[in-house]
Amino acid sequence: MVKQVHLAAHFPGVNNTTVWSDPAAGSHIEFDSFKRFAQTAERGFFDFLFLAEGLRLREQKGRIYDLDVVGRPDTFTVLAALAAVTEHLGLTGTINSTFNEPYEVARQFASLDHLSQGRAAWNVVTSWDRFTGENFRRGGYLAQEDRYERARTFLQTVNELWDSWSGVSVVADKESGRFLSEAGPGRFRHEDRFFDIEGQFNVPRSPQGRPVIFQAGDSEDGREFAAQGADAIFSRYATLTEGKAFYEDVKGRLAKYGRSRDDLLILPAASFVLGDTDAEAEELAHQVRRAQVSPQTARNFLEQLWNTDLADFDVDGPLPSFDPAVEGDLISKGRASVRQLAKDPVALANEWRAKAEAEKLSARDLVIEVTGRQTFIGAPATVADRIDEFVQQDVSDGFILVPHITPDGLAPFVDQVVPLLQEKGVYRTEYDGTTLRDNLGLKYP
Amino acid sequence: MTDELHLGVALDGAGWHPGAWRRPQARPHDLFSPRYWADLVLEAERGHLDLVTFEDALNLQSDQLGAQDDRNDRVQGRLDAVLIAARVAPLTTGIGLVPTVIATHTEPFHISKAIATLDFAARGRAGVRVQLGLWPHAFRHFGRREVPAFDLSRIGEPDQQRLLAEYFDEGADYVEVVRRLWDSWEDDAEIRDVATGRFVDRDKLHYIDFEGRWFSVKGPSITPRPPQGQPLVTALGHQEIPYQLIARATDLGFVTPNSAAEAAATSSRIAELAAGRAVSVWADLVVVLDDTEQAARDRLANLNELAGVEYTSDAKIFAGTPAQLADLLQEWDLTGYRLRPAELPHDLTQITRGLVPELQRRGVFRTEYPSNPTLRGLLGLERPANRYTSA
Ligand SMILES: Cc1cc2nc3c(=O)[nH]c(=O)nc-3n(C[C@H](O)[C@H](O)[C@H](O)COP(=O)(O)O)c2cc1C
Repeated sequence: MVKQVHLAAHFPGVNNTTVWSDPAAGSHIEFDSFKRFAQTAERGFFDFLFLAEGLRLREQKGRIYDLDVVGRPDTFTVLAALAAVTEHLGLTGTINSTFNEPYEVARQFASLDHLSQGRAAWNVVTSWDRFTGENFRRGGYLAQEDRYERARTFLQTVNELWDSWSGVSVVADKESGRFLSEAGPGRFRHEDRFFDIEGQFNVPRSPQGRPVIFQAGDSEDGREFAAQGADAIFSRYATLTEGKAFYEDVKGRLAKYGRSRDDLLILPAASFVLGDTDAEAEELAHQVRRAQVSPQTARNFLEQLWNTDLADFDVDGPLPSFDPAVEGDLISKGRASVRQLAKDPVALANEWRAKAEAEKLSARDLVIEVTGRQTFIGAPATVADRIDEFVQQDVSDGFILVPHITPDGLAPFVDQVVPLLQEKGVYRTEYDGTTLRDNLGLKYP
Repeated sequence: MTDELHLGVALDGAGWHPGAWRRPQARPHDLFSPRYWADLVLEAERGHLDLVTFEDALNLQSDQLGAQDDRNDRVQGRLDAVLIAARVAPLTTGIGLVPTVIATHTEPFHISKAIATLDFAARGRAGVRVQLGLWPHAFRHFGRREVPAFDLSRIGEPDQQRLLAEYFDEGADYVEVVRRLWDSWEDDAEIRDVATGRFVDRDKLHYIDFEGRWFSVKGPSITPRPPQGQPLVTALGHQEIPYQLIARATDLGFVTPNSAAEAAATSSRIAELAAGRAVSVWADLVVVLDDTEQAARDRLANLNELAGVEYTSDAKIFAGTPAQLADLLQEWDLTGYRLRPAELPHDLTQITRGLVPELQRRGVFRTEYPSNPTLRGLLGLERPANRYTSA
């Protein structure tokens, strides 16, 4: 059988890609928005809804960053509420392993799995910075090189907790008075550098046994962590060459952990712009990009690379002629992408200047070019062809779609592209089973 | 109408009596299913109750207070209370939802945004019941700090009282952080100002800069101020130290008097400690309700038999008819009561279909919810002003 496409939907959280200025944009915080978004995804037979996480408001130049959509609900709480208004859709939450404790996270995901009857998934992230730590009891004590080690033992501990009720069932025999098949359930003991804990876990084994595990890190450590223990990866590589390289790299790491290529799904984030014709979609895409990168956003973005206050800089002219400041604190805090920019800022600035000169781009246009992440642009048929092609060519096993309008931006895709994928025979016309594992084709532990 | 009573129901497992799960109507197989909790909360909502609370703990249930036992004739295991409340929120429209959180082991930052989100999902009907988690075995589930030897058997002695006071001081700091985080966004912080490209007005977002003995928290929250501004904060207390927490930090305290006189004494003590802060005081009662007093007593006897011991509780156990219970509630003369059904769903339906109509006949309980109620609104409380908003 031809390879089947998996689709999921990311409710965009804090970001500059949501076009909040569009009259069609609704609330990104009221529960009704999440409900509408989730029900649209379910109407399109999507595997799951995805939520990102950021535990401190971003800052730039020592002040809260005010241009992007900001403010988001608590992940577990909103996913549990969504379980009430959906039936099949998986509920994937990004939860940090640094600012949480295994007993509590294991309990929350096991509870979510029970309350959604087998639809919970955890995207394990390892963000570590001291800046975020200022919101937590433990602070930001974790050194960068330790974060995946803590994540690894955190996940291992959580797995031990989930497994601690294996073989114990609720018999609830009213006659004999026996409640569980065995007394004293949930025993565990875990001791390592990060955790020294023991006792009894208090949530019975959940419908999926273990919720589905996602990973979204990109470093060598991150890829290894995924190959060892994740069920799916949320990646950033949705282009043909980059995607294929990432896919091969990660799937190639599975064998050494005794896993097969089907045990780990690769699902890049992808955006889309649809039009009646390809040309119309291109035109629309152009407008969306300009709306995403206001002059102020462009200036702030350049400040992040130049690491310099550019308050008086005109973004309709050329890029700054001076080089980025490489000394001193980063001007931007709480933003993962800045680490990418900060690797070799001078080289990157030179590269951008060359590009801007060659293509006669203003500073703002350049930012639009380099930050534009529109993956699929075209008429519905074009987009359906392209998605199918990418999946068949192992760029990915499917995509996590990020619409630029909240919450209704997903609807055109569901109404126009999904039917075409179904016609091609590469997309489901009904859900495969009742749990997220069933729908993703993953084994039960 | 004057002197309206407020009523809440405390939901826990198959009911508060350890023998409850073995009764014919009980649904012990469903305790971990969403349907079970939805059915109970919808029933409570049918009775137009003010709120339901959900119990929780970061350890397994045990008959032995403060230690784990390996009994296999009791309900074991429970789901996270905040998530249960969230799961039922979109299914309900009138009733307040008040999950328990364990302040000793969880992060105030996480809890603040969780309850704010519950308030969004329930459109203004969220509350929280703050509980301390002092059992040594629960500390071992976390292992992030040394276990101070809290000895329940010596609870009355000065050193143990000091220890208890410290934990409750930490609890008070916890509530303070949670409350500041709720206020850390002004209500109109989201501006979507296209001209300046600004989504929020950062002058309306506030660092809370909390520095305390146990933790410090910077803020602001990542979640905007919830619909109620401040969701309802509650706590249960049995003695002076928790009364101080109730008085200083909560909107509503649950207490466990045994008589009208004790009820009056406790509520005036809390009022005294509150020194002008408005705090409601409700009494907790375990209830076994049937059409006749004899039937209720017989059922309590049967529950005791099924449990293998005579049930005792921190709260008064009331076995009788709904009308007799209505008499007691009026006689005790408190603003409200949190009823703990001994057996679910039996004693819950006795409340919603027996007690509530009786109180309505007496003109002391609402016959319907106002439209789009908030929990604060049901209790006659104002939406609080934001402490960070400059006048
Ligand atoms: C597509 C994608 C999405 C991510 N989303 C989040 C997120 O929502 N929250 C977060 O804290 N980190 C997020 N991350 C970051 C990480 O998962 C990871 O912890 C971080 O990148 C550090 O790991 P690394 O060095 O392996 O990349 C994301 C990363 C990628 C590639």
